[in-house]
Amino acid sequence: MTEMLSIDFMQRALIAALLVGTVAPMVGIFLVQRRLSLIGDGMGHVALAGVAIGLVAGVAPVWTALVAAVAAAVVIELLRTRGRTNGDVALAVIFYGGIAAGVVIISKSPDGTPANLMKYLFGSILTTTSSDLYLFAGLAVLIAATTWALRPRLFAVANDEEYARAVGIPVLPLNIVLAVLTATTVVVAMRVVGLLLISALMIVPNAASQLIARSFSGALRWAIAFGLVSSVGGVALSYPLNTPSGGTIVLLAVGLFIITAVFATLRTHVARRRHDVAEVHPHEHGVECGHEAIPHGDHIDYVHDGHLHAAHESHYDEHGHDTALHDHQGADAASTTNATNATTGTTR
Amino acid sequence: MLVSADRSPLDTGSSADGSDVVIDLRRASFGYGERPTVTDATLTVRRGEIVAVVGPNGSGKSTLMKGILGLNERTEGTLTLFGVPGDELRDRARLGYVPQRHTLSTSVRATAEEIVATGRLPRLGWLGRLRATDRQIVARSLDVVGLADRAATEVSTLSGGQQRRVLIARALAAQPDVLIMDEPTAGVDAANQHVLAEVLERLVERAVTMVIVTHELGALERLLTRIVVIDGGRIRFDGTPERYSAQRHIVHHDHDSHHHDDELHPQPSSVTLGPLVVRHDGRRP
Repeated sequence: MTEMLSIDFMQRALIAALLVGTVAPMVGIFLVQRRLSLIGDGMGHVALAGVAIGLVAGVAPVWTALVAAVAAAVVIELLRTRGRTNGDVALAVIFYGGIAAGVVIISKSPDGTPANLMKYLFGSILTTTSSDLYLFAGLAVLIAATTWALRPRLFAVANDEEYARAVGIPVLPLNIVLAVLTATTVVVAMRVVGLLLISALMIVPNAASQLIARSFSGALRWAIAFGLVSSVGGVALSYPLNTPSGGTIVLLAVGLFIITAVFATLRTHVARRRHDVAEVHPHEHGVECGHEAIPHGDHIDYVHDGHLHAAHESHYDEHGHDTALHDHQGADAASTTNATNATTGTTR
Repeated sequence: MLVSADRSPLDTGSSADGSDVVIDLRRASFGYGERPTVTDATLTVRRGEIVAVVGPNGSGKSTLMKGILGLNERTEGTLTLFGVPGDELRDRARLGYVPQRHTLSTSVRATAEEIVATGRLPRLGWLGRLRATDRQIVARSLDVVGLADRAATEVSTLSGGQQRRVLIARALAAQPDVLIMDEPTAGVDAANQHVLAEVLERLVERAVTMVIVTHELGALERLLTRIVVIDGGRIRFDGTPERYSAQRHIVHHDHDSHHHDDELHPQPSSVTLGPLVVRHDGRRP
């Protein structure tokens, strides 16, 4: 491990992984929310054309990739807004046009070997230069700051676009900003993850976090954690294993997703077993309902015909008889000490 | 008070015919593209009114409502909101929109509080964050709809009726001057309809102006001050619930017989106007 940290290309690759592991899930959660999980993939395709132009023209390919991806992002968002039925087809034309142009143009460049192409498509720990790193760091800070500043509004637009429009939230500008953020993330990730696998790092950590989170902010934190573990872990593993870093990162992310899925399933089963629902309950407890309210750990129980009822999801849980309260101060909303009253939740 | 009755003296002062007109439509047509689905709609809603816009599915009532919200195209006529031409209203959050959603978006996890907080955003400017007072308003909005103890609950685990109330709370968080609701009771089971009616009653007590688009009056009828019947894209009746009860048979006979459409539209006898709509001072925005 220490040996790995002393190699300068590994230092650069690990820093790049740290940057991309943080920002990719931050942007990705809004793509998942808008059901645009595959859009990052398409922008990666277009960025390849940018890389190719850079290689042929002798310009740093990261810059040309950035220009190509951002331009594609704006065009895509405008096409989507026009809402034409063939918008989907237009996207396909742009994406495949991009990757085809990339492959053809790259073959004409002096560095246009298949091995070189593979590095851009699937990522490599060897390719991050120190000037890349400064640009990546600048872009990553920009992405993180913009996403943080606009987070409530991006959430509102992705959650309910029609409502956002009705109350005067600027929907189109925000959607364009999100598309540009996606394009920029693609470029930050192109060295270590590769243009064909970038989208995975935006989406898979979010897919895993959705399985265990109970709120949007919680989901975002989990996604960043999963993203960091897979990107930094993937780069670190690809050195001793001698594998393409992008593929290693994404396999790690998929592995985390599977482990999380198993864990979430087990947790649901356990919770269901310890969970006592007040069966018939058309009445809503509240400040004015007249039932005595008793604070219980992190929530409030209502005394309903001698039973303690606590709000849980769409229903009320039985939290035992009110006499059981004092030996029952656990904060778990699903806990109960009295199984006999499960069927006796009554209406007022 | 959660929803302020008079929060914006600047806007209301510009209206020449009294500051209490919230929505004013004059011979307006709305629709998507070339063919308008609502034609020649004239309607005035004043502060404190609880108006139901009733009509069968496909009658144009949702189109009318979306037209007022600026979500579709107005092809003819004028729309005045709070005394300002509809297109020029900057502070759109004064219109509290409660859309018809059978379920909230469940593509990502979000708590009821997180959804309701989005309703507060139009009041914060481009980069503003929710401060303590905003969070209090969000909490009170959840309280008004009876969901205070479910603020931290993930919305997709709530029932349909509860999700509907989350959307009402979201609109309330902007402290709007009028609530515009699309089918608040549709697809909600009996128990939750009762709770929903209680919530609306609480809003009536707080003098919230409401426009409720619905295909059945049901539990809402006793709350209303006015009923507007729309069918075939035209307003067929506009008056008090008492007059509606008295003329119910005529109104429903009219919109059942579609071959009368051409005769109906210019005849004042078949389009029963409420007292508030007849008065017109010729003002054009």
